[in-house]
Amino acid sequence: MARYDSLLDACGGTPLVGLPRLSPTVPDGAPPVRLWAKLEDRNPTGSIKDRAALFMVRAAEESGRLRPGDTILEPTSGNTGISLAMVAKLRGYRLVCVMPENVSTERVQLLRMYGAEIIFSPAAGGSNQAVATAKQIAAEHPDWVMLFQYGNEANARAHYETTGPELLHDLPTITHFVAGLGTTGTLMGTGRYLREKVDGIQVVAAEPRYGELVYGLRNIDEGYVPELYDATVLSRRFSVGTRDAVLRTRQLVEVEGIFAGFSTGAILHAALAVAHEAVRDGRRADVAFVVCDGGWKYLSTGAYGGTLADAEDALEGQLWA
Amino acid sequence: MAIEVRIPTILRSYTGGAKVVEGSGDTLGDLLADLDSRHAGLRARLVTDAGALHRFVNVYVNDEDVRFLGALDAKLNDGDSVTILPAVAGGAFGFAAAAAIAQHSAATAALAGHRAAVAAR
Repeated sequence: MARYDSLLDACGGTPLVGLPRLSPTVPDGAPPVRLWAKLEDRNPTGSIKDRAALFMVRAAEESGRLRPGDTILEPTSGNTGISLAMVAKLRGYRLVCVMPENVSTERVQLLRMYGAEIIFSPAAGGSNQAVATAKQIAAEHPDWVMLFQYGNEANARAHYETTGPELLHDLPTITHFVAGLGTTGTLMGTGRYLREKVDGIQVVAAEPRYGELVYGLRNIDEGYVPELYDATVLSRRFSVGTRDAVLRTRQLVEVEGIFAGFSTGAILHAALAVAHEAVRDGRRADVAFVVCDGGWKYLSTGAYGGTLADAEDALEGQLWA
Repeated sequence: MAIEVRIPTILRSYTGGAKVVEGSGDTLGDLLADLDSRHAGLRARLVTDAGALHRFVNVYVNDEDVRFLGALDAKLNDGDSVTILPAVAGGAFGFAAAAAIAQHSAATAALAGHRAAVAAR
């Protein structure tokens, strides 16, 4: 279907494309091992977060939590804010985003263009400062609605109802699903759906490992695991460092012509790991992974050119996924 | 050859500031016991009294989460690389979101109740 009544109706239904050049070569007579990319950058604002934003707003409307003209408050480091800004504009809400200073300038420009208001929390103060800022704003405006993507079941449900069925429809022979682990919504929703439908499906998480600045917490008891997270949905979980993420992001555009953001590079790194294991074990594999967004918003980091060490330095202290 | 262990900033007080330390052991549990003999107190920050990995600690063997490899029973080999990290969702910002919602949810619940009451009138 190529005609829609509105932009919101054009959310999802993204293409799944094969990666014949990046898929590992298998020995003669061995079963095929193939990589497939789910192009989530083809959503209305260019990221997978459109699915969650649309479902979260609809759920809040249906429950009566959100009324016309209300203000939505969302702490976000980027894509969710952009998606919510678009949905809020089209559904008649005001959006206020709280975000750390150390996100790329393109994200800030996009948010403002879609009509969102931004409150920055100082990057220098680290997580403690971010906590303080968010607490203060929430306390000052008790009437603002927080959709809270980390604990909102509609975030995971968006993927249970759309991403999962789309993947199974396009790739009935799927053996592995690989996605990024942030709010955990993509992996929980898609993972649950595929586990119900596909025997032996492997649900694989790729988690970004940032520079040390990001982990500069005072103590371990201040850690946080999203309310949505259920470890039993996952089969494996990889931590992918900045260097590997950048390397794979560059490889994806150089070899297959797919220009993606760095979180996609981290996911591809994990997808290649499971694909190569399948080759080694002589098993058939159809590995589908998520391309979360395009690379446009990250060009200003300079991490697409120069040496890998330069790119690593450029992304140090940034929330690149 | 030993096992290389990467220590996060917040736990370096136990390693004299060292970013990377070495240890040995056939399992992660053995390795942590070995490390604790030289860096007293480190193990207690990672493992609960009940003998499980602390909820807000993630440990990776060669970049893979040990919770999916048998947790403290995960097998180790010489030359493996172990990374210890605090649990962080979507960067440090997850903390802000978590803390804010804890306070905010009470306020929104009250407001929803108020709205329902007004609508019922």
